[in-house]
Amino acid sequence: MKRVYVNEEWCLGCHLCEYNCAFANSGLDDMAYALKGKKIFPRIHVESGDKICFAVSCRHCTDPICVKSCIAGAISKVDGVVKIDRSKCVGCLTCVLVCPYGALAPGENGTMQKCELCLENSCGAPACVEGCPNKAIVYEERGEEE
Amino acid sequence: MKQYVIIGNGTAAVGCIEGIRSVDKTGGITVISKEKHPVYSRPLISYYLEGKTDLEKMKYRGNSFYRDNNCKVLYGAIAASLNKENKTVLLENGKTVAFDALCVAAGSAPFIPPFEGLDTVKDKFSFMTLDDMLALESAVTKESRVLIAGAGLIGLKCAEGIHNRVKSITVCDLADRVLSSILDIDCAATVQNHLEENGIEFMLSDTAVRFDKNTAYMKSGKTVEFDILVLAVGVRASTSLIKNAGGSVNRGIIVNEKMETDINGVFAAGDCAEGYDSSTGANRVLAILPNAYIGGYTAGVNMAGGEKAFNNAIPMNSIGFFGYHIMTAGNYDGEMIEEKDDTSLKRFFIKDNRLIGFILLGATDRAGIYTSLIREKTPLDTIDFELTKKAATNIIYKKEIRRKKFGGVV
Repeated sequence: MKRVYVNEEWCLGCHLCEYNCAFANSGLDDMAYALKGKKIFPRIHVESGDKICFAVSCRHCTDPICVKSCIAGAISKVDGVVKIDRSKCVGCLTCVLVCPYGALAPGENGTMQKCELCLENSCGAPACVEGCPNKAIVYEERGEEE
Repeated sequence: MKQYVIIGNGTAAVGCIEGIRSVDKTGGITVISKEKHPVYSRPLISYYLEGKTDLEKMKYRGNSFYRDNNCKVLYGAIAASLNKENKTVLLENGKTVAFDALCVAAGSAPFIPPFEGLDTVKDKFSFMTLDDMLALESAVTKESRVLIAGAGLIGLKCAEGIHNRVKSITVCDLADRVLSSILDIDCAATVQNHLEENGIEFMLSDTAVRFDKNTAYMKSGKTVEFDILVLAVGVRASTSLIKNAGGSVNRGIIVNEKMETDINGVFAAGDCAEGYDSSTGANRVLAILPNAYIGGYTAGVNMAGGEKAFNNAIPMNSIGFFGYHIMTAGNYDGEMIEEKDDTSLKRFFIKDNRLIGFILLGATDRAGIYTSLIREKTPLDTIDFELTKKAATNIIYKKEIRRKKFGGVV
């Protein structure tokens, strides 16, 4: 299946992916209205070191430990995509405790959110990738099929 | 067609069902469920009392789960004994259920010390099951003075759950600190302070020695007047079926990495099982939900003839009180490194070039990066651990490792 992959050599650390993610998942059609002056809660985040930066989002692991660990049964894997039912989430953060990549974080209301590849919002494909100015994140098939 | 039987209907049972079905789509699965409910998320009972979930959302799996997995569930059925020669389970109602492979996922039961006069207390509750919680819910009023015996995870989550519904809450524990199974003294004091700011009162290093109706007479000589008593002193793994059948039992049912007991064809998983703790290298009951699911799944795969081992279990907990989050993992028998600011405290425990444990208070972002260092036993000299102490980050990994993690299928 297609996933989001990182080409860290190309990441400029511009954080545009975070804004495009927050906008894509806002349900609104005006970016300025959706984001301006607000604290954003993107499902991708840029990590920066001295010489390197790259964007981290859900790896959609073949054997996702978050699915097995969720105390509410709110996280599931459907057709390879790891999804969260936020109405069931109580914000216990067990998924944060177990995700080896640091790919889950609470949203504005305290329930957890994660990358679901924009498959169910109006984008239909990852907005972070679409908007990345330097192709530092790509959405493609790599490695084995499940 | 192979017949699978699962005793218990909680998280480990679900893992077992899904594990079996990953290998065998057609074998018969019978679930012996003491509780008369489809599987629900047990740790959510306190969140229900807080109004953060409801009975529908507490369902751990969808309504068609048993049907989709072709399982027969015997609700209200209690397993009385196990006949290992005939491979049958005798139920308390006299019926027998035959199996080719059995998984005991019977969980644990509250341990109630023999308090003198406990029988004179009218409103007393455990806080383990949905029914326990619903009974407590119907008993509490805005005027209730609640005494909770036990300052562990169960007692304190109960306190948080009911604190808006009652007049006062006092928590007593024989231990000298709250959450003594997962916090050291300093961290426990910080958490206790936070709980006290939210109106919970504590009587630590103290316990009730005698009850007389609405009065608890404490070891310290003090007395506590209460309307509602919650008994959350501890739990005991439900091991009697295996023990009585001649299987090996310690604090829990002893299992190997495949979750097999030493009775042929019989597996165990979840809070009743004592499996391998990779953080200490010894067997231990690790009564946490992730391990229940993974242990159950592992048992299921092996019961159905597949091959799976569960060899990287570690103790770990994520628990919050009144918006303050606590995460712990591993063990603390190492050199301590501390990171601290006004609102948060992190303690890392290091031994033999490995991160072996941590306690995080109030700063838990991306903590799974730390947990994975423990689980994977990552040598610290192969990463830049210094970088990650203040904030967990994947920058610590060498480039080729990062390429695998973020450029490949994981």
